[in-house]
Amino acid sequence: MSRELFKFKGGVHPPGHKSESNTRPIHAAPLPKKLVIPLRQHIGNPAKPVVDVGDRVLKGQMIAAADGTISTAVHASSSGTVTAIDLQPVPHTSGLPDLCITIETDGRDEWIAHTPLDYRAMAPTALRMQLRDMGLAGLGGAAFPSAVKLDPGATRPCPTLIINGGECEPWITCDDLLMRTHADEILQGVAIMRHLLGSTEILIGIEDNKPEALAAMQAAATKMDFAVEVVAVPAHYPGGGAKQLIETLTGKQVPSGKLSTDIGIQVFNVGTAHALARAVHHGEPLISRLVTVTGHVLRPQNFEVLIGTPMHTLITLAGDRDGTTGVLMGGPMMGVPMPNLDVPVVKATNCILVKSNELFPPLPKALPCIRCTRCADACPAVLQPQELFRFAKAGDFGRAQEYKLFDCIECGCCSYVCPSHIPLVDYYRYAKSEIWAHEKGKRASDLARERHEFRLFRLEREKKEKAEKLAAKAQATRAQAAQDQTRRAELAAEPAAEGTAPSDADAKKALIAAALARAQAKKAEIAPKNTDNLSPGTQHEIEEIEARRAKIRALARQPLETEEKP
Amino acid sequence: MLTAILVMVAIAVVIGLVLGWSAIRFKVEGNPLAEKIDAILPQTQCGQCGFPGCRPYAEAIAKGEADINQCPPGGEEGVKKLADLLGIEPKSLDEAHGTPKPKSVAFIDEQTCIGCTLCIQACPVDAISGAAKQMHTIIASECTGCELCLPPCPVDCISMVPIAEDLPHWKWKHPVVMLKRVA
Repeated sequence: MSRELFKFKGGVHPPGHKSESNTRPIHAAPLPKKLVIPLRQHIGNPAKPVVDVGDRVLKGQMIAAADGTISTAVHASSSGTVTAIDLQPVPHTSGLPDLCITIETDGRDEWIAHTPLDYRAMAPTALRMQLRDMGLAGLGGAAFPSAVKLDPGATRPCPTLIINGGECEPWITCDDLLMRTHADEILQGVAIMRHLLGSTEILIGIEDNKPEALAAMQAAATKMDFAVEVVAVPAHYPGGGAKQLIETLTGKQVPSGKLSTDIGIQVFNVGTAHALARAVHHGEPLISRLVTVTGHVLRPQNFEVLIGTPMHTLITLAGDRDGTTGVLMGGPMMGVPMPNLDVPVVKATNCILVKSNELFPPLPKALPCIRCTRCADACPAVLQPQELFRFAKAGDFGRAQEYKLFDCIECGCCSYVCPSHIPLVDYYRYAKSEIWAHEKGKRASDLARERHEFRLFRLEREKKEKAEKLAAKAQATRAQAAQDQTRRAELAAEPAAEGTAPSDADAKKALIAAALARAQAKKAEIAPKNTDNLSPGTQHEIEEIEARRAKIRALARQPLETEEKP
Repeated sequence: MLTAILVMVAIAVVIGLVLGWSAIRFKVEGNPLAEKIDAILPQTQCGQCGFPGCRPYAEAIAKGEADINQCPPGGEEGVKKLADLLGIEPKSLDEAHGTPKPKSVAFIDEQTCIGCTLCIQACPVDAISGAAKQMHTIIASECTGCELCLPPCPVDCISMVPIAEDLPHWKWKHPVVMLKRVA
């Protein structure tokens, strides 16, 4: 390779353990009886269900739609019936349940009608919306909605596109196998990314411990009608981290708190490129992915797995063994422990690593930090992990943030080299989530303050408005009374000086009389509504009743008259 | 001698004018200390401190008329922050004003609600939606859990529901460091 490569600071060289799982071909995992598909598989807002319990769904049918910009849709991985939309265990280290759609599969695996997209003819925005509706998310592990990343923005051109085939984490081989077997499709996906981002330079970085993948990708790259450079990068953990790969390939560092797009670079995983090609050229949404099942199993290998397949079925397929001490989702450096194995495979599941005491001896008890700064030497993010640890442990989160806690990529190099076996990354995760919770609380209390202040303002305003209204009404009444008085005075003046000057009592009386007259006029206006178009018979009946009523009224008045007479 | 006195007087006059002008020009509106205290208070507006809302309590603390340990929703942590800000010794919460409770939101049993609007009038953050003789409901995302809507309800249809931990609110716990047993 003629390309000059750069070296990022820090990093470690853990044993690769790739040959366990990359020597067996990819197997398709069998269709499970029940698929549990979580609605929060990606970063951003969870998808919103668009099916109901009891609905029959087809393979590839959208069952939950993207909610907002940073979100993506979720699809049925096979045909069957929706049996539940409820909280189910999900692959999260907390063991907390989340909203999932459960599908009882019918075994027919019947596809919904799907057609390829002519991406060159489509408007970029329409294409991105289509990709969002096809559920595309980054398959490298973070599961960020791809449609968002495929938008170069109006002001930020993205001249460099990097395809990440690094797969630096030990044990994981799903990207390796994918590149060996589907190199052409990956490059078709790259062509679509290039079309959307308008990139001029395309680099594919693959660690040099994957010679077969490198050869396959290089062969596929020569067939493309644009220049693609497939670069072998030295195997060095975490060389497959986006920021580290950017530095290795271009020598550029992403500034703290910035995105790679700010320096004109976008990075995608090879799996994402493959999923994009399947979506555009075959119209297939993201409903399956490659998963490495390795570690303490009889036949470590890669499976093509439908999203929603329970993890324990994969471990059974790979041959479970006695002496299992736990299961990680992801690799040994960054993976998170799974509290139970009924949880489904999701878009972010790249590896299921079964642990045993022989392969992963339990860590000795943590000893105090001796400030040897080996962690600082190993940190690829150029941080001071020993200081961050001190601040996180003491709860001094402000200082931790000053020391760029949020630049930490949680790669685990510091914990790996720590001679005191301190679970450093756990402390950083704890500090980060405390800071997020604190910020959330602050936003909530700011909102409460704003609402309370507005309420006080509103009450004050309502009081004022009421007072004004009352004052205006009183004013109007007084004006009316004055007017009536003058009129009466005029009337009284006409027939000579007979009457006395009109008093307040007179004004009031006049007002009452006027009100009575108004009420009577109103009463007179109300006519029965069912008296039109009457037959002569009914008319006659009504007249009779009216006559009777008049008689009764006359009778009712009589005793009064007789009483008054004596 | 006279020159010296005149010079000193002139300097005094100039400085006095500058100070006087700055006092008017750079006058700080409101009480900045009360602002800072208000920023620490949890803004539940519950009135447990004995003041009608967080802002009046903050002003009372700033004036030295109220103690810093009268806010149960803020908890011991809030007292500590106030003590740090004011440079005084933190003290334990005054039980007379209540004890901290897990964060909750109000919930209206819609079967029982008669639509009297009394709770709407009591809510300090306008987090209840409804109208006379219409069913009321709590806007959970705006509710501060102050419990002020509970006493006015004539049919006791409002209850406080603690916020359950779910995925978006889950936090990584402080790593447990195993201590070695000594003998």
